[in-house]
Amino acid sequence: MPATLHRRAVVKALMQDPGDDLLVVAGLGQCTWDITAAGDRPQNMPLWGGMGGAAMVGLGLALAQPRKRVLVITGDGDMLMGLGSLATIAAQRPTNLAVIVLDNEKFGETGNQATHTAPATGAPTERGAGTDLAAVARGCGIADSAVIAHDSDVPQLAKDARTKPGPIFRTVKVMTEVLPQTMPPKDGAYLKDRFRHAVLGTA
Amino acid sequence: MSAAATDWREQIFETLKAHDIRQVYYVPDAGHSRLIELCQTSNAMRAIVLTTEEEAMAGTLGAWLGGEKSVTLMQSSGVGNCINMLGLSKTLRYPMLMLITMRGDFGEMNPWQNAMGQATPKVLEAAGCIVFSVERAEEVQPTVHAATNMAFEGNQAVAVLLRQKLIGAKSFGKD
Repeated sequence: MPATLHRRAVVKALMQDPGDDLLVVAGLGQCTWDITAAGDRPQNMPLWGGMGGAAMVGLGLALAQPRKRVLVITGDGDMLMGLGSLATIAAQRPTNLAVIVLDNEKFGETGNQATHTAPATGAPTERGAGTDLAAVARGCGIADSAVIAHDSDVPQLAKDARTKPGPIFRTVKVMTEVLPQTMPPKDGAYLKDRFRHAVLGTA
Repeated sequence: MSAAATDWREQIFETLKAHDIRQVYYVPDAGHSRLIELCQTSNAMRAIVLTTEEEAMAGTLGAWLGGEKSVTLMQSSGVGNCINMLGLSKTLRYPMLMLITMRGDFGEMNPWQNAMGQATPKVLEAAGCIVFSVERAEEVQPTVHAATNMAFEGNQAVAVLLRQKLIGAKSFGKD
């Protein structure tokens, strides 16, 4: 069934008020443009590299800041490269961590090649393995894992992502879209210092 | 450091504790097993078992973003798993402290360890890490202390290689 959800609308629903103290880590590629389009803010940590690492950045942050909510927003390609981190997160059981994968079944930055989450049937350039990342997360020990595919489920997704005791994992099936590249600052040291200053009061 | 700690593994633990290291990322290694146990049972630290060492590079970034110090314990073969992620420290300038037990080093009996073991210091240096090497028990504590200071005062990746002259080579039944 073709996806109907727009990724930018989902991310906007997740982030809601740019003035709140939600801590957001975005995996490289489109997710960094998505969180920036929703409103660039110091408590955003958009990654421009380190593919496969977004969920682990979220874990380290969630353990260090147990009283704040940490949201990882990443893509299927990034999550596939770091599948083991789902088991690592499950072993730590961070109650303040939500991992949201915007799954368009494509390696978006490199020409929209099919990832493993694409259906196992189809033309050679379109097929994957039908990998169900929420099932992988559940199998790794993150019991609260689910797939979101309908517009009507987005308000509950946003509520769960922001408030439900974690760790929680959600695959959100989104359309493949051509969208403006709304870029955050590119300098990693600046992004890190900006984030620490906002969260800790010191860089 | 407590006066009771005379074993270098316990001295590492006491040094990490004194530096307020809170998150300990590890893939198990025989050379680190005593240290891992001490970290697992410490109230001041959280021991985080990994499926692959590169998870630690990202976890360490998250910890620092949230204001906590961390360390990564791994074997030299694990350094090979980390190469791309090692570059994150140079790019974002955050502290990355690594304590690495060597394989493929002095007296190694498993030749499959030799290639990565010999490449380990070069790989670390190529990615921008400062590398210290320890062969004698009495040098462990001062080196870990110095490396920790340089990592966290300098927003720098620093690795301490615990060489096989220090930890010994697994014999595989041969002497």
